[in-house]
Amino acid sequence: MKHLRHIIAAVAATFIAAAAQAQTTYPDGMPSNEGVKPQLADFFTPVTSTAASPDAEGFIRRWLLLEPINKPNRSNTVFTDSYLHTELGKTYFKGQLTTTPKDGQKVTVGEQELTWHAYDATRYNVKLFRFASGLEKQVYGVIFFATTIIECDRDLTDVRLAVGSNSGSIWWIDGKETLILSGDRRMVMDDCMSSRLTLTKGRHTIWGAVINGPGMSDFCLRFVDAKGQPVTNIKATVK
Amino acid sequence: MKKIHAQHTGRHSLRHALMALTLTATTAATAQVGAPFIHDPSTIMECEGKYYTFGTGGGGLISPDGWTWNSGAQRPGGGAAPDAIKIGDRYLIAYSATGGGLGGGHAGRVLTMWNKTLDPQSPDFKFTDAIEVASSITDEDCDAIDAGLMLDPTTGRLWLVYGTYFGYIRLVELDPKTGERVKGNKAVNVAIDCEAGALMYRDGWYYLLGTHGTCCDGVNSTYNIVVGRSRKVTGPYLDNVGRDMLKGGGKMVIGGRGRTFGAGHFGRFIECEGVEKMSFHWEADLDQGGRSVLAIHPLTWKDGWPVGADQFKPGTYEIESERRGYSLELVVDFVRAQGGMRMFGFGGGNQQPPQPVASQSLADVVETWPAGDVRIRMADYMARPHQRWTITPAPDGSGYLGGPYYKITIAGTDRALTATADAEVIATPTFTGAPEQLWRIDMCTDGTYRIMPKSVPGHSEPLALVSAGDCTPALAPFDFKSDNSKWNFRDRSDK
Repeated sequence: MKHLRHIIAAVAATFIAAAAQAQTTYPDGMPSNEGVKPQLADFFTPVTSTAASPDAEGFIRRWLLLEPINKPNRSNTVFTDSYLHTELGKTYFKGQLTTTPKDGQKVTVGEQELTWHAYDATRYNVKLFRFASGLEKQVYGVIFFATTIIECDRDLTDVRLAVGSNSGSIWWIDGKETLILSGDRRMVMDDCMSSRLTLTKGRHTIWGAVINGPGMSDFCLRFVDAKGQPVTNIKATVK
Repeated sequence: MKKIHAQHTGRHSLRHALMALTLTATTAATAQVGAPFIHDPSTIMECEGKYYTFGTGGGGLISPDGWTWNSGAQRPGGGAAPDAIKIGDRYLIAYSATGGGLGGGHAGRVLTMWNKTLDPQSPDFKFTDAIEVASSITDEDCDAIDAGLMLDPTTGRLWLVYGTYFGYIRLVELDPKTGERVKGNKAVNVAIDCEAGALMYRDGWYYLLGTHGTCCDGVNSTYNIVVGRSRKVTGPYLDNVGRDMLKGGGKMVIGGRGRTFGAGHFGRFIECEGVEKMSFHWEADLDQGGRSVLAIHPLTWKDGWPVGADQFKPGTYEIESERRGYSLELVVDFVRAQGGMRMFGFGGGNQQPPQPVASQSLADVVETWPAGDVRIRMADYMARPHQRWTITPAPDGSGYLGGPYYKITIAGTDRALTATADAEVIATPTFTGAPEQLWRIDMCTDGTYRIMPKSVPGHSEPLALVSAGDCTPALAPFDFKSDNSKWNFRDRSDK
């Protein structure tokens, strides 16, 4: 019975992911859920498969997300480069940037006990606000950590990491800071890009930390090639 | 917008008006004068010869000419970020009742109401009861605030966009007869992570404008207006590199510049074919105490995209015809400049190192000019004194939508460009301030300029400076389709 449940969940997740990827454009406008409170399931599904391809536009949707760390800020205008390096560069928990956590693993940050969750985003963007609200965690004045592993079946040269985040964020690949988005930012696809990178054949870890005071919080991330086209021939996994 | 700002009080109006007038007289005329203090202005409406805009918190501004603005417009309901549109012979106002904010709840309501006139002194001035046309609950991916109205010129259908940074910008359809939501209409999402939405239509494209950046942070506000376009009003709205506004896309229309920062809440005003204005607020004008002020700039178009242009800046210019490229000048004898012929480098020419040759000065030639009225013509520009025009705001402070009337005189003299009763132009020996010596300068949508006298003696219809021939100016109705009606200003402050 348990096996059957997993099969159904995997089929459902595949269907949802396929439907989400097909809805990149909306010929008659993107339907809204006017007057409806969004639910966690609108934005995330549990990870069931071993590895996931990016969507058709290259956005990586498979992530391990840590429940929000309490970091009060009344305004997002304080997110200067120095501030982000200081606050997002701190070590908040053991294994930060070095060890891929497991789904359900708990860490302690100050007086908070926080849990990692492995999710596939149903949309191109990872809606951190709805991750927090869906788990009934605090939504404002927070730091989110996210990580995933990408698998390359060949060397990828001259690619760039492309990120949009709301609000400021820092991104690391294999433990090295690769991109910073400072200031009071809105999430914009391809807002900032890294310098040209080579992703060698094999596995690479991506870590990100997104900070937000008031307002919505989310991010979208993909790699683009030397011609600016999305990199889709990679896999994302959380194991 | 996200915060409700206190409204300007009349007690300070006079002081600010005086300050503004002083600044106008001494610096570039780049802001509205009077007391143009407002946040989240609605699209400017013209009603019975006056201009109106409404802001957050109730009330708004009135201008008799489009240049001098003071408080006085009236709107019930308070709330935030209204918009206005004229449909038939009535005005429809949309505004938001909300207590939200980035860190607060997001329950909001968009309401509409009608009035036959916007003039509070009119006996017909009476708003209908406000009706709700859209709403958001407290924890929804939308904030029902920042209304933007558009009547589709191709279908007659009325559309409303609303929303803020908190989630999506949404589009709903209203009934243009009642202002109510069309029965059964379902909202669609058209953009994300922006606010102060506005819609416009041009040449087969629907344009969705929104604001990115930091709102409500005074001189540190990075608010800026961006745009995407679509063949359908429901989207997708893509920017100039193909990014969907549902993914944060948007091409900037206008952002901070000079001593003004935080452009937000776009409104379009079409004066005539080829002359358009955009209204918005600067979150902070450093020359007006860093306060939020109404701004009106030329709206130009480049490759199908709207571009917020700079206001005209006073200075000394060559006035060049778009028709031929010749420049406006006094009809006086051409006085040869010093320098003479050179040997083109052949044979035993002057072996001395080259020395600068002085430009011809006004003093070199002014005595050769007639004392009285002088006719005007166009010729190739040679940086001569009879071709250089100094343009400054008229001392009486009068103006039109988005700019002051200008005095145009030959640099270093009082010889003033003047319209005549026979629809020609001359330079009179002195500037008197008469209407035929006051000129409005409007940037056209293609970046050229329309130049018009405030009035022409004996003529009731508006006339513009035109090229009757390559070398012959005249006054005639403005025709945007003809290069004869267009001019360029070349900065010649340094000769």
